[in-house]
Amino acid sequence: MDGGLFLIQLLNGIQLGVLLFLVAAGLTLVFGIMDFVNLAHGALYMVGAFFCAWLTLNYDSFLLALIISVPAVFIVGYALELLVIRHLYHRDHLDQVLATFGMILIFDTLAHLIWGPAGLTFTLPDAVNGHVSLFGLTDFPVYRLLIIAAGLLVALGLYLVIGRTRVGMLVRAGASNRVMVGALGVDVAKLFRYVFAAGAMLAGMAGMIIAPITEARIGMGNDILIIAFVVIIIGGIGSIRGAFIASLIVGLIDTMGRSFLDDLLKLIISNQAAETSAPAISAMLVYILMAAILYFRPQGLFPPKVR
Amino acid sequence: MKDSLRRLSLNGWVMLVSIVLLALAPTITTWMDDPFLLDLIMRMVILSIAAVSLNLILGYGGMISFGHAAYIGIGAYSVGIPAYYEIHSGLFQLGVTVVVCALFAFITGYICLRTKGVYFIMITLAFAQMIFFALVSIEEYGGDDGLVIYQRSTFEFGPDLGSDISLYYTCVVVLTLALLIVHKIVNSRFGLVIRGSAGNDARLMSLGIPTFRYRLVCYVIAGVICGVAGWLLGNFTNFISPEMMDWTRSGELIFMVVLGGAGSLFGPVLGAVAYLTIEEVLSGITIYWQLPFGILLVLVVLFGKGGLTGLIAKIGRGDK
Repeated sequence: MDGGLFLIQLLNGIQLGVLLFLVAAGLTLVFGIMDFVNLAHGALYMVGAFFCAWLTLNYDSFLLALIISVPAVFIVGYALELLVIRHLYHRDHLDQVLATFGMILIFDTLAHLIWGPAGLTFTLPDAVNGHVSLFGLTDFPVYRLLIIAAGLLVALGLYLVIGRTRVGMLVRAGASNRVMVGALGVDVAKLFRYVFAAGAMLAGMAGMIIAPITEARIGMGNDILIIAFVVIIIGGIGSIRGAFIASLIVGLIDTMGRSFLDDLLKLIISNQAAETSAPAISAMLVYILMAAILYFRPQGLFPPKVR
Repeated sequence: MKDSLRRLSLNGWVMLVSIVLLALAPTITTWMDDPFLLDLIMRMVILSIAAVSLNLILGYGGMISFGHAAYIGIGAYSVGIPAYYEIHSGLFQLGVTVVVCALFAFITGYICLRTKGVYFIMITLAFAQMIFFALVSIEEYGGDDGLVIYQRSTFEFGPDLGSDISLYYTCVVVLTLALLIVHKIVNSRFGLVIRGSAGNDARLMSLGIPTFRYRLVCYVIAGVICGVAGWLLGNFTNFISPEMMDWTRSGELIFMVVLGGAGSLFGPVLGAVAYLTIEEVLSGITIYWQLPFGILLVLVVLFGKGGLTGLIAKIGRGDK
């Protein structure tokens, strides 16, 4: 393996990591504060991608599409909470799983109805569609670097909001002991509605910024949702810091495993055996990591302190 | 007391009618000249077996597994992969199904069952997804596209599964066995521990009962039964693909159990029959059938408690 390829895959891993973080951040707060299983979180990622792709195709401006889509997904999240989710907090997990599973079917079929079965593709504006040279080693797409920058910026913002503001303090307190926060006179239901909508918005943003690379496609949210689950399990439910670190670990391991595992395996087993087994093993890698971490720490790496 | 007697008799009637219908189904469908109907009924029976096994851990044991379809997949691939190497012995394939399902359930169960609540749901889901992605990425066995099974399992002594009718009766026999096994387990001392630990695990542990072991064994049994359902499904469809263990399949299994009434012996069977009927009817009307189905799902959760079994019991009691 040469240095250039390694650098590319390293950056790709980080890019997947920040994307996972955007999805996992909302998910871990929703789980942490309300002990609520939301399978429909991935659907909001898909909604974000479709909004953005559709607006870009109609108004021919990716930037404008982003500016409109971000609050739009926030509103979708807010409405979802108001209509369905808040009736489910006091139900058991089984009910929550079933209802949000039903909502995935609703979102997926609605996307099919509105935007058709094929998905939406669009090209990036020329300004961000080029490549830059990395230390003279290799070329790398500018847009992917922008994704990393945007993701890290959001992570920093979230860290400051949660760690330094009054709202953030309430969110942290809610994750530790919801009942006590309510007893101290905070309107937990309202707090949670905004947390849910903000989480939806973050997931939607992840969908928007990845849409030019992949495409907006039905079912895209379900694929990332399960990896986001792995991320928050590893990071510890309710912990933003845990979600951030776990996202980068999972993103890097997944990307690196897919590109370099066959080379590594060839050192110990025959070439042919390595070529056939490497794809299967690298697909399982993050799950094996999850199992190993759970075996030693059933609460994840960074569980919130008081539960 | 009187209420429960009447409820029993009503459930008894439903059961009796079902048994007669199941036994006569091939005759009726042949007479109606509608082979597709037998296909539908066969799928109902096979998915009933899977739902019954899920009910053992979900309904009685309170373990909400969101990865149960993985065992269907393992069972189906236990037909497909040996058949790919021209090994068609049914005993060998069943043996592989049982051993691999038991091992997978034991290893994943050992890790999952140390956790509770939300964690358990997500971890079972993640492990099922692990198997799914592993099989998607193995090109040798068709990857995403799956494998066609050119010859069904063969037995030296026993049914000739090549014929749809004898495969059908095999499925019915397996379903009956699965129901018997679950009935026996639930009403044994072992089952008492399982049900008790769903209610209050800490209390049982403080009584000195190592519930973890009981739950693990229960988890393995459910996995193996579901694996056999997968083995039947692979034989029935003559085709295997990772799609069989897609996580939406696990969600559908949970829905069947809940729709029929979790924690009742025949509930999952009712649920499977109802689910496939709904799917059949709705998908005949529109290609967007998942929209009304999703809405139905949300409504069932928000407003219907106790599933179909509870509904029948209510009607039996004479209230709305």
